[in-house]
Amino acid sequence: MNVLDDFLWRAAIAGVGVAVIAAPLGCFVVWRRMAYFGDATAHAAILGVALSLALEVSILLGALAMALVMAMSVSAMRGRGYAMDTLLGVLAHSALAFGLVAISFVSGVRVDLTAYLFGDILTVTKTDVLSIWVGVLLVLSLLVWRWRRLLIATIDEELAQASGVNPRTEHWVLTLALAVVVGVAIKVVGALLIGALLLIPAATARRFAGTPESMAMLAVGVGAVSAVSGLGLSWRFDTPAGPSIVCVIAVLFLLSALFVKSGKSS
Amino acid sequence: MSELPLIQAHSLSVKRGNKLILDQVNLSVFSGEITTVVGPNGSGKSTLLKALIGGLPLSSGNVKKKASLRVGYLPQTVNIDPTLPLSVERLLSLPNRISKQQSDAALDEAGVLDVAKSQFTELSGGQRQRVLLARALLGKPDVVLLDEPTQGLDQPGSAAFYRQIDDIRQRVGCAILMVSHELHVVMASSDHVVCLNGHVCCAGRPEQVATAPEYRALFGSGTQGALALYRHEHTHHHHDH
Repeated sequence: MNVLDDFLWRAAIAGVGVAVIAAPLGCFVVWRRMAYFGDATAHAAILGVALSLALEVSILLGALAMALVMAMSVSAMRGRGYAMDTLLGVLAHSALAFGLVAISFVSGVRVDLTAYLFGDILTVTKTDVLSIWVGVLLVLSLLVWRWRRLLIATIDEELAQASGVNPRTEHWVLTLALAVVVGVAIKVVGALLIGALLLIPAATARRFAGTPESMAMLAVGVGAVSAVSGLGLSWRFDTPAGPSIVCVIAVLFLLSALFVKSGKSS
Repeated sequence: MSELPLIQAHSLSVKRGNKLILDQVNLSVFSGEITTVVGPNGSGKSTLLKALIGGLPLSSGNVKKKASLRVGYLPQTVNIDPTLPLSVERLLSLPNRISKQQSDAALDEAGVLDVAKSQFTELSGGQRQRVLLARALLGKPDVVLLDEPTQGLDQPGSAAFYRQIDDIRQRVGCAILMVSHELHVVMASSDHVVCLNGHVCCAGRPEQVATAPEYRALFGSGTQGALALYRHEHTHHHHDH
């Protein structure tokens, strides 16, 4: 007997895994003002889902590949006279639309789109849990390994350059990490809500953090607690699991904002 | 000159798109000297510094640095996003971990030891520049590059900042290469001036550059006053009032 035999345990372990890795990466997304970039990568994953269904490969692989393609398109189109938020908006929505259309072309079994848009955490298999945690450990080691270089590249590209850190390399490290997170998170919260898992725990943690590390740790805590309690609420009230998790994070964010306001004013 | 330069840029060109920003620029930085790059807006001053630290691809030419040269760099501005909690001490220890003594010594040298524990984003413009100066001084640099370091400072603030830089140069013994648009300061405190406008218009000792027709064409003859100031400061002793 093993906890992975219970679907609720599998869901909890998968949810916590995704929260644990989305939170520290989300801090970089917030610090670098890349929120739209996170969305664009996540929406591109729907196109990846269509690709996976057509080629009959794993969803994770397809989502990962398309997320990377999206990141590369953004870099390639950079500095062509479009404002960055416009460019990312165009790419994010186009990728989503093309993805939805492409899925309708995939013949055979009728595809349950909501599972990919909003996640279907209660149906994660043992293999899913395993691949999620492999992704988690991969991204976590990447972040820990390059933490200081990522920080200085986030602070100022020229300061980084002068200290012998190539800011373009660090940008690609984050892009790769983001693609992996999107790939593993799609089953858990779906393409539309991955952005919430990245941003909101980081934003909630900001008020209470004095160092980059404490902000990342707090964000992990917020994400993990939300994953477990969101799942519990979803079970109790028979609500969709992914959105329930995001609702809990959002409420925590609101509480943190109120707490700080009524507390010290600085 | 017998002494080898610390940094030597030879025929350095940089393009942005199809536009030539720097055109065959030659520049040498010698040990212990203050070299200042002046030029109108858009003349490629900042681009030159970025090219020297290796932050930009060169379309031609090369940059030779003395073996194991330690370079400190102070960018024009550093805008850290307020969502990133970062103390001054922490900023100094990125990307390389440093000891408390090293960081305190550098902050003390730059005159901002008291803000070591403060959050960087809560500092004033002048304090930020000094913290960045402290960061540039870590690791005992042979040369410090400063990109318009007094932007956003008022006149007394910027005068104090330049005095400090000169002071540090004498104590630490490093060379300084800076970009500035404050001509009077340049003329008063530089050993070497490079007048840049895409290409090098003229270069030499401050008094040579100030009388060069190329320099006059760019800045007018109003800077004669600055030269007078320069001469004045060097023929009289300073008295405390």
